[in-house]
Amino acid sequence: MSDMEVVAADALTNFVYHEARLLDEKRFDEWYELFTDDARYWMPLTRGQPNAETFTSLFYEDKLLLRIRIERLRHPNAFSQQQPGFCQHVLQHPAVETADPRASHYVTRTPFVYFESQLDRQLILGGVTYHHLTLVDGALRMRLKKIELVNCDAALPSIQLLL
Amino acid sequence: MGDAMSRYRNDPQAIRALVRPDEIHRDVYLDRELFDLEMEQLWRHSWIYVGHDSQVPNAGDFYTTQLAREPVIMIRGADGLVRVLPNRCAHKGTRLATAVHGKCVGGLLRCPYHGWTYRLDGKIRTIPLKSGYDGTAFEQSEAARGLREISSVNYRGFVFARLSASGPDFETYFGESLSSIDNMVERSPQGRLEVAGGVLRYLHDCNWKLFVENLNDAMHPMVAHESSAGTAKKIWEASGPAGPPPMVIEQFAPFVNGYDFFDKMGVKVFANGHSYTGVNFSIHSQYSQVGEYERRMEEAYGAERARHILGEVRHNTVYYPSLTIKGAIQAIRVARPLAVDQTLIESWTFRLVGAPEALLARTTTYSRLINSPTSVVGHDDLHCYRSIQEGLAGGGDWVSLHRNHSPTEAVSAAGTYGATNEVPMRSQFRAWAEFMTLGLGGAQT
Repeated sequence: MSDMEVVAADALTNFVYHEARLLDEKRFDEWYELFTDDARYWMPLTRGQPNAETFTSLFYEDKLLLRIRIERLRHPNAFSQQQPGFCQHVLQHPAVETADPRASHYVTRTPFVYFESQLDRQLILGGVTYHHLTLVDGALRMRLKKIELVNCDAALPSIQLLL
Repeated sequence: MGDAMSRYRNDPQAIRALVRPDEIHRDVYLDRELFDLEMEQLWRHSWIYVGHDSQVPNAGDFYTTQLAREPVIMIRGADGLVRVLPNRCAHKGTRLATAVHGKCVGGLLRCPYHGWTYRLDGKIRTIPLKSGYDGTAFEQSEAARGLREISSVNYRGFVFARLSASGPDFETYFGESLSSIDNMVERSPQGRLEVAGGVLRYLHDCNWKLFVENLNDAMHPMVAHESSAGTAKKIWEASGPAGPPPMVIEQFAPFVNGYDFFDKMGVKVFANGHSYTGVNFSIHSQYSQVGEYERRMEEAYGAERARHILGEVRHNTVYYPSLTIKGAIQAIRVARPLAVDQTLIESWTFRLVGAPEALLARTTTYSRLINSPTSVVGHDDLHCYRSIQEGLAGGGDWVSLHRNHSPTEAVSAAGTYGATNEVPMRSQFRAWAEFMTLGLGGAQT
């Protein structure tokens, strides 16, 4: 493995902060490019949920579904967003859970608070996000972004933007 | 609040006057007193969905929920029967079980406050220091009767309850509309369903009726869902697809079919507000088949019967007022009204026992795409319901339900129609007026 590249912890945490900032600033096209082609964006419905096939999830999106979501947010007839919504992530410093340069596999764990507002309404959610990262052509990319809401089993109102 | 503040409580005529043959008064969505009356009358005299018996497979297993704001417990008895009991100690009203799902320790329900215990059929087993009641009128009291079992029917696994002692019996209430549950059950090669995949709980800040009406509203998908389903279809088509579309595109795309498609799918209306769309075909008709599943169905039922079962691809069946089902994909949605402008919508999915797990993956995918609080389809539906709620609050007394109304339409409107007809909503509101006033006396005019 002569071309094995070691990713510094700072690079991993900077990635996580940058990724959240792109969502908060609605820079969805840049955000979309941070995923590998076979990536998943996953928010399970239950704690310790083993998969997203025989269990329903709150989100389980491949790049096709993410593209649909992004384009729909821009659609003039996305009625529920004609009064636009905004979000803000507040992140705890990410912890590096796994760093395996040989497999180019890195996992970070980031507790978060998330605000989503739309005029006079505000939704506050909290939980932990796991980023499964890998190097693609020397750049970090997400294979999996998994969001574990602390209240994943609660009765929830519309969540219209991306955590 | 004295009667002077009451517009509807003692006036069944005023309630009936809210429902004209082709219009309804906005108060049905807005008025708090009417909401209270709905919970006391309509939701107690009709049959409300409680849960599925696969949620309580063994004796002592329970599931707790609320019916018309009343906490109830659905519990499997030592005799194997599923009963519905008030989830409320006969002593002081403490909730006996607070977990959503659980199992009774030692085959007894035990109150966490003073330790009264109950058998699984609701009868009192023990009261600590029972001698303290000697010489009192306790034995003649309501409390001594324990948990009074609520009338319930387990129809092929689907458990319904009627909270009031009076009201129509189960078969009369649902009639032929039960054929949608039959079809859903028969889609299992073993004729058995199991709750699986978790439950989505989506809080709707709107009146419950707006949700229920929408389930048989065939005039909204191509408008409300243009930005979601329409975008999905466009992105897929623009990708220059070489093969068949993936499941998510199969599921999204039909929402933006044209008026002709939605009208021709047809709607069948039954008495008491029940109906289903998709008499002839539906948005679920063109899903790609799982070959192994068809083979197992043919083995179980024979080729002709299997073809008949799978050929029935209904869209939404409304079991007024609490339950809507999609038998063709084994998903149900349950309306739990919380307040005049707050409704919890629960989406449950089912495994077809004996069928390939791919069928479960299809229904969990659909539920996630369409029924989740994150659904791009659901967002625009809820936006419309909320907008109605807010729009009507400021005026516009009468809501139009004139589409395809015939002056000779019967009260129940039972029959089959083009699905863009607003007849299912008219039928729902006629049932609403009847059940709202069943217990209030006064002749119906």
